[in-house]
Amino acid sequence: MTDLSALQLVWFILIAVLWIGYLTLEGFDFGVGMLLPILGRAKTTDPTDIADAERRKRVMLNTIGPVWDGNEVWVLTAGGATFAAFPQWYATLFSGFYLALALILVALILRGMGLDYRHKVNDDTWRKRWDLAITGGSFLAALLWGVGLTNIVYGTPIKPNPAVAGDYIFDGTLLTLLGPVPVLGGLTFVALFLTHGAFFIALKTDGPIRHDARALGIRAGLVSAVLAVALLLLIGLKHGSLVFWIGTAVAAIALLAGIAMAAKAREGWAFIGTFAAIAFAVVAYFGALFPNAMPSTFGDADSLTLAAASSTPTTLTIMTWAAAIFTPIVLVYTGWTYWVFRKRLAVHHIPEPVAIH
Amino acid sequence: MNALDLARWQFAITTVYHFLFVPITIGLTALIAVMQTFWHRGGDERWLRLTKFFGKLFMINFALGLVTGIVQEFQFGMNWSLYSRFVGDIFGAPLAFEALLAFFLESTFLGLWIFGWDRLPKRIHLASIWLVHLGTVFSAFFILAANSFMQNPVGYTFNPKTNRAELSDFLAVLTNEVQLVTFPHVLMGAYMTAGGFLMGIALYHLRRQALDHGPDVSMYRKAVRLGAIVSLAASLGVIVSGDIQGKVMTTYQPMKMAAAEALYETRSNAPFSVLTIGGLDGASARPVIEVPGLLSFLGTGSFGGEIKGINDLQAAYAGKYGSAELTQSASYVPTIWLTYWNFRLMMGAGFVTMFFAALALWKTRGDGVVTGGMWKHIAIWTPLLPVFANSFGWIFTEVGRQPWIVNGMMTTASGVSSTVGASSVLISMVIFTLLYGALAVVEVKLLLRYIKPGAVPVAAPIEPADRKDDAPLVFAY
Ligand code: HDD
Ligand code: HEM
Ligand code: HEM
Repeated sequence: MTDLSALQLVWFILIAVLWIGYLTLEGFDFGVGMLLPILGRAKTTDPTDIADAERRKRVMLNTIGPVWDGNEVWVLTAGGATFAAFPQWYATLFSGFYLALALILVALILRGMGLDYRHKVNDDTWRKRWDLAITGGSFLAALLWGVGLTNIVYGTPIKPNPAVAGDYIFDGTLLTLLGPVPVLGGLTFVALFLTHGAFFIALKTDGPIRHDARALGIRAGLVSAVLAVALLLLIGLKHGSLVFWIGTAVAAIALLAGIAMAAKAREGWAFIGTFAAIAFAVVAYFGALFPNAMPSTFGDADSLTLAAASSTPTTLTIMTWAAAIFTPIVLVYTGWTYWVFRKRLAVHHIPEPVAIH
Repeated sequence: MNALDLARWQFAITTVYHFLFVPITIGLTALIAVMQTFWHRGGDERWLRLTKFFGKLFMINFALGLVTGIVQEFQFGMNWSLYSRFVGDIFGAPLAFEALLAFFLESTFLGLWIFGWDRLPKRIHLASIWLVHLGTVFSAFFILAANSFMQNPVGYTFNPKTNRAELSDFLAVLTNEVQLVTFPHVLMGAYMTAGGFLMGIALYHLRRQALDHGPDVSMYRKAVRLGAIVSLAASLGVIVSGDIQGKVMTTYQPMKMAAAEALYETRSNAPFSVLTIGGLDGASARPVIEVPGLLSFLGTGSFGGEIKGINDLQAAYAGKYGSAELTQSASYVPTIWLTYWNFRLMMGAGFVTMFFAALALWKTRGDGVVTGGMWKHIAIWTPLLPVFANSFGWIFTEVGRQPWIVNGMMTTASGVSSTVGASSVLISMVIFTLLYGALAVVEVKLLLRYIKPGAVPVAAPIEPADRKDDAPLVFAY
């Protein structure tokens, strides 16, 4: 067994919760970004079709407009919490995955700028460029988060640093991270987020786009189900634990149920289905990880354990108080925001573009 | 260049860039909240127009502050992994607090404010922008607490078993003496910057309107005066807090104070040179306009006070720190020309802004307007100078801390990532620099486009109760 303290366990769970928050919420933002060229494609080159496609794009973007920035903060909190609760995890992971993280940052920057700037100038070239930034950024970020998180769980060449007592180092390159299982992980994330985004659009819009999104979500959902099952089996064969298998089972059921609900035009339930599927996939991931922070492909002796990565009880106690007080507050006002913007959007809600050229 | 130099360059470039947008965000949220409050209270439509106008400019600026901030959050682990592991027990908590208390608040309520003009009752909509501002203040507080730990580590003990510094007193970290003066200084600097932003842009329009006899002279006059008053008041705050900072700095980082003046020999009644010609190596320097005793006063509160010189400090540090691995360094002297000139540029830019603000207040008293050609230049420089002053201040503070990453505890060289190669850092540095450069061009062009038309008339906001379900959104992406 492990020599993990209760506080360390609590923080491991809380970090899983932060990742659940991030991937379930930002997941549909990424999905919407990736669906922009698909659901927003003009059917013909007829000007009215083109104008309608542009309005559909704007409907999609406005479903996430007020919330995407808040959704992104979940990953900042996960990063900060990992730094505070498991400094060695933060240090080894972020320096080890250096270039992959730099790419994720570029993707997040481009996507964020696109969301904020696209509508600011009424010009087709301007919009086209930022569309590319939004869609490309969303796709790249989804893919790389999948690759990265799967690497953490599946194992990477980690070992103690001979030069500095207590330090662990990553002994590989960017290419080390592109093994078959992590790449499958990346593709699974992309497919899942596409599904999640499509159900989100189906839930938040009205008119033809709502039906298109639902139909597309069902197809993407079937693909992600196949990918996810293959991925989780591969991970489970190596790191399976009870929590892992429970998480996997619930995630699979939730995903299939979500797809079935979508087929019955129950969009709310379909969205809850993908939401739960992502959440329990994260549970499975963290269940496979435990009691390590980063398992080593050199063998168990070289793995970075949670206990070795953790900060002191003093820090963990302070952080626990902060989390206990402030997380509920954050959840309340975040929930309220979704309630304020609960109404479905349709093309007739979209105003004329701003007058600035 | 090795990985260490590159990591330092990357950190310096990305952080200075982030902090171009930060002070505007902090200060402008407050000013927008004030303007919206004026409108809410008095119903004067001019304040609503200004609120919306500066709201748009603010959002253009905020986008960049946001995306560059994400880079900062990840960089400690990416480039400074040994530092992160060594002080993470203490340093990580403020960062986590910042995200949990500040970033959620900021981003959620900003979304509500931007998209909520027709969705929220007027009061709640107004409260949203105030909460955004509160979020930025929290954010500044926690990140500066983290930075202050690096300037003056407190509230920790070294644990030889785990080979790292560990938290012993969190309250001490949050009430670090350095933090207590840095936080007001940076906050006041931010208000000064936003005041200058408001004043400069409004001045440009005031002058145009005055020359063309346009209808909006009085609106822009109000804006100029609000910006000037805030900038002027904040500059007093900056001076007072900066003066106290000088004393705290002399206590905890005497080398930085010596480096600020290029003072090589310890002396009392130390003068402050406004400018120096020639090298700053202590041999060939020829100071121009020296104010006797002023450095002593800034550092100790008395004109006769003693200020330690670089040579004495170097000798003392070599003896004290020279033998332990984490603290040994060939030299304990920072890059003097950077500290010397950035310190002066910071203050100089501040004083010039202050002067412009006072001048604008004087000219716009009563029914006064500005028309002269000189005001075109003032309109351009008042938004820029405080932004630069902030950069100068940070470069001074951070370069002046070198060779330390944590003062007296760990050198920057021993904090760099253990496994990241120079080529990785180089690749990411090139990517970020090019990307940031391109984004800067886009943002400036966009800002200018939005500044040009000015605070155009706006439709009166609709109460949510009166909004029709199928009416178009008031604000949409
Ligand atoms: C004195 C204030 C201050 C300082 C020194 C810094 N920042 Fe900053 N930061 C802010 C004040 C701020 C802000 C005013 O709160 C911003 C500016 C624009 C914005 O979106 O919020 C922000 C944004 C911002 C964001 C995006 C937040 C979001 O998604 O809403 C992150 C992750 C960081 N910062 C992180 C950092 C880190 C790790 C820094 C240290 C190197 C740092 N900032 C320096
Ligand atoms: C936002 C305002 C800030 C600016 C403009 C700024 C600027 C700089 C600059 C110019 C350097 C390079 C110094 C050198 O290498 O000679 C530096 C280094 C550094 N700063 Fe800051 N800094 C800021 C805030 C912070 C904060 C808030 C922290 C920590 C919480 C921080 C942590 C560091 C670290 C870790 C280094 C690395 C040491 C180094 O590069 O030499 N900085 N900063
Ligand atoms: C004449 C007035 C000023 C004085 C006496 C002054 C003094 C100081 C001192 C002593 C420091 C270094 C603190 C340390 O490293 O421990 C500092 C840093 C700084 N100053 Fe100023 N300053 C003045 C004006 C300004 C202005 C006008 C701005 C910006 C609008 C500004 C922005 C900053 C910033 C951002 C820092 C770095 C963060 C910090 O350490 O506080 N300062 N200032």
